[in-house]
Amino acid sequence: MKLRTTFIAPAAILMAITVLAPLAIIVVYSLLTRGAYGGVELPWTIENFTRIWDPVYGIIFLRSFWIAAVATALCLALGFPLAMFIARSGPRKNLYLSLVILPFWTSFLIRTYAWMFLLRDTGIVNTALQALRIIREPLPLLYNDGAVILGLVYGFLPFMVLPLYATLERLDPSLLEAAADLGSRPWQVLVRVTLPLCTPGIRAGAILVFVPCLGTYLTSDLLGGSKTVLIGNLVQNQFTASRDWPFGAALSLVLMAVAMVLLFAVRNRGEELL
Amino acid sequence: MPPETVLSLRRLSKEFPTHRAVTDVSLEVPRGAFFSLLGPSGCGKTTVLRMIAGFETPTSGEVWLNGQPIDALPPYQRNVNTVFQSYALFPHLTVQGNIEFGLKKGSDAINRVNEVLKQVRLEGKASRRPSELSGGERQRVALARAIVLQPEVLLLDEPLSALDPQLRKQVRSELRDLQRRVGVTFLFVTHDQEEALSMSDQIAVMNAGALEQVGTPREIYCKPRTRFVADFLGAMNWIDGIGVRPEAVSITPQGRKATVASAVYLGSFCQIQMILENGEAILAQVAPGVSFQPGQAVCVSWNSEDECRL
Repeated sequence: MKLRTTFIAPAAILMAITVLAPLAIIVVYSLLTRGAYGGVELPWTIENFTRIWDPVYGIIFLRSFWIAAVATALCLALGFPLAMFIARSGPRKNLYLSLVILPFWTSFLIRTYAWMFLLRDTGIVNTALQALRIIREPLPLLYNDGAVILGLVYGFLPFMVLPLYATLERLDPSLLEAAADLGSRPWQVLVRVTLPLCTPGIRAGAILVFVPCLGTYLTSDLLGGSKTVLIGNLVQNQFTASRDWPFGAALSLVLMAVAMVLLFAVRNRGEELL
Repeated sequence: MPPETVLSLRRLSKEFPTHRAVTDVSLEVPRGAFFSLLGPSGCGKTTVLRMIAGFETPTSGEVWLNGQPIDALPPYQRNVNTVFQSYALFPHLTVQGNIEFGLKKGSDAINRVNEVLKQVRLEGKASRRPSELSGGERQRVALARAIVLQPEVLLLDEPLSALDPQLRKQVRSELRDLQRRVGVTFLFVTHDQEEALSMSDQIAVMNAGALEQVGTPREIYCKPRTRFVADFLGAMNWIDGIGVRPEAVSITPQGRKATVASAVYLGSFCQIQMILENGEAILAQVAPGVSFQPGQAVCVSWNSEDECRL
């Protein structure tokens, strides 16, 4: 056996067990009938997939896409200047990069709870604003789409910043000087040189943020309250309260298929960073 | 009438936190000239170029272009263009895209691109990407992209150093011809004295951030004003404090007595290392016809007009 194979084997076996096997189970479940108290039973059916075409679910899919898209766009808008700043801060680069990664040291669940403490009616933000007599009634900061998007942007911003930083850092500074030398103003340099040369990083960052946002359930569950149901929550519900495992399996397969189609659509140049 | 000055540097200095890169450089570049800034690496010549382009701010002193100080202008408002050492071509644009980058969109733009493509012999390559070009072709795209804007001065930062030595010699004369044809003033930075001598109308020699001498190639080579200039432009014998170039030294029946230490045959000439009676070494370049042996006693002489007294 070659050395290379020896090294790759453990990861390959682990991937096979933890990715392919559950996937196979989900495919099988999605084609079975629901059991009375959860679980699955025969006969085989494709009804779980045909049910998804109901407009009720269509709206949830669309809302999930919309929220993931807005979160991705905001991450890009916030992450690009940040990545640019870090890439140009010379010897302090590494310090700033570790600050970007610092939140990962705490569990995502705990950090999302922290947002609840900040945003709720008796939370820090509302209490402070009331104490300062800026508002009389607490602002509805929690349990809406805005709170979900805020939580997603907060949680996934590092996944945008890191690939953007990687491309910006490799950008030859003489190209920017050349553009200025040829008469471009700073904003023209950004549009005509920096952004086009950063497309691989933008694509990679967008995929890394959009795909997990699309399937999120934790953030929407805690910050969106009962009003914000996204695909992730719908799937979770099927396996818990609704006890409809086959439908939950079918939903997650469709979600996965859509995410993969999107991934392939934008992958051409993003792939080298993924 | 003396030629009009297009670019003038007035007591230009640049200090970086760690070192002083340029000290008190004053220069007048005549319009239409091929002007070289020659010096060893790290002598501050590239910093001078970057201050003219606007990428560095002088610590003191001024840059004047066409009789106007331009120090307050950002790079994009200065009517000078740069050919970068690495060429800095935009990898996401074609040759055409690179060349028209600085042009205002208009009916004339296409004609000017085509014209300049012809001038640099890249007619068939307009739709290629920089990665699909050879080193020489990239260098010509960098040149085309700058001259298409008809700058007052074209700044060239060691544009031949990335080419292989064979090509470099050929490109020298091409570049010189192109400069004559388009009539743009060239400010050419190089550390290669042969390059500077063969291409320039005028050369400014820099050392350790300061200007040593400005003059025509012949003046700089034959009448160096400092020992640094004399040595940097080519081998120089120093005999009793007087400089003599090796090619000015002849082996003659009469003259100063010397002993041959080594003789190296180099095809078109022979390089002969000798020791004078006072123990000083002297190098001569002579016609390859006669051969000399180490230890042979000879006499050397030179014409007094070839002597260089500092």
